[in-house]
Amino acid sequence: MVVKVYGATYAACPLRVMTCLFELGFQFDLIKVDLQSGEQKQPQNLLRQPFGQVPSIEDGDFKLFESRAIIRYYAAKSASQGGTNLLGETLEERALVDQWMEVEVNNYNPLIYTMVLQLVVLPQQGQVGDMELVQDCKGKLEKVLDVYEERLSKSKYLGGERFTIADLTHLPNTRFLVEEGGMEDLIKRRKNLHNWWLDISSRPSWLKVMDLPK
Amino acid sequence: MAIKVHGSPVSPAAKRVLLSLAEKQLDYEFVLVDLATGQQKKQPFLSLNPFGQVPGFEDGDLKLFESRAITRYIAHAYADKGTPLISEDPKKMAIIGVWMEVESQRFDAAGQKLSFEILVKPMKGLTTDDAAVEQLQGQLAAVLDVYEARLGKSKYLGGEEFSLADLHHVPIIANLMKTKVKAVFDARPAVSAWAAALLARPAWLKINAA
Repeated sequence: MVVKVYGATYAACPLRVMTCLFELGFQFDLIKVDLQSGEQKQPQNLLRQPFGQVPSIEDGDFKLFESRAIIRYYAAKSASQGGTNLLGETLEERALVDQWMEVEVNNYNPLIYTMVLQLVVLPQQGQVGDMELVQDCKGKLEKVLDVYEERLSKSKYLGGERFTIADLTHLPNTRFLVEEGGMEDLIKRRKNLHNWWLDISSRPSWLKVMDLPK
Repeated sequence: MAIKVHGSPVSPAAKRVLLSLAEKQLDYEFVLVDLATGQQKKQPFLSLNPFGQVPGFEDGDLKLFESRAITRYIAHAYADKGTPLISEDPKKMAIIGVWMEVESQRFDAAGQKLSFEILVKPMKGLTTDDAAVEQLQGQLAAVLDVYEARLGKSKYLGGEEFSLADLHHVPIIANLMKTKVKAVFDARPAVSAWAAALLARPAWLKINAA
């Protein structure tokens, strides 16, 4: 069964899902939702995603939204079928994976999201971004990245010695930081963080997603 | 005692963990972290959570932080004790997972800030930002409109059974019910009934009586 992914190749949350599906070898079709024209807020998409956003998936009759819930589902499916395990083997490993997935949601993503809004989205809409807010977020992000640096000095990946969804979930927003955000030096200045970023962003699944036609 | 929770009784995140332990009828030691003196930003607490936030958690040798990772661990590790908080069925668990994300990113985004503006700021001698409260209430209302539709079709957010998807909301809902934001819940019958049921759960009453 080919999974239908509703989204766009230039939006972070659909990228998270597509990378995960490539990693795990689940085939999918991307059904494009035109974010520029607000298609995600139209009734048809609201049936799939009641908050009017992307992505959502349809796997036969089974429907999900929220990119991190989607990747957890497929990671669990793959692990339980004896396929690639991106969740962790033991209860304790899985708990550490969950911990760093929460860190991404609570401590990492909000800062990057705010910066995207001010640096990219608002200017695209003809408004001026708040550069003071960007600097404030950057200062906070430096402290967060120090914690990541410390963690990655003790283990190769965030959840432990293996690549898991805890690392994968960071790919789309870190890409923004490095590209449109122009803040690659925040990563480069931290040796372990930099090595981790080079490692995860050179994975075939991520390169494949980056190659998808916009 | 094998299970220890490091936190503060005023922290909604710490209460999230305490509630899940109470639902599971598990014994634990509560280690007080004094937020007023910034104890959470210093060692030894920082070794438990390098981000300097409560709660921290120990179960034997396992050390964790992030309340929603801790509750997930408790739900899995003690699946056979007390109230089931997750599902073994992968598709049912995925749906629970959807609403856990919704709570964490959409409900909490507005709810936690409202709780902070209205309840916490005055305690610290700061002034509530009324304009922010208006904006956040509007944000919360939009989220609760989606909840109203969902709870019209499903007894609990994740499905027909109580789960972590509902549990994670309880501490912030309890706080907001003490404020004028209660009206936002009351205006939505299914949401109102669901919130009342959550706050009436014996496990919640137990940890607040302590």
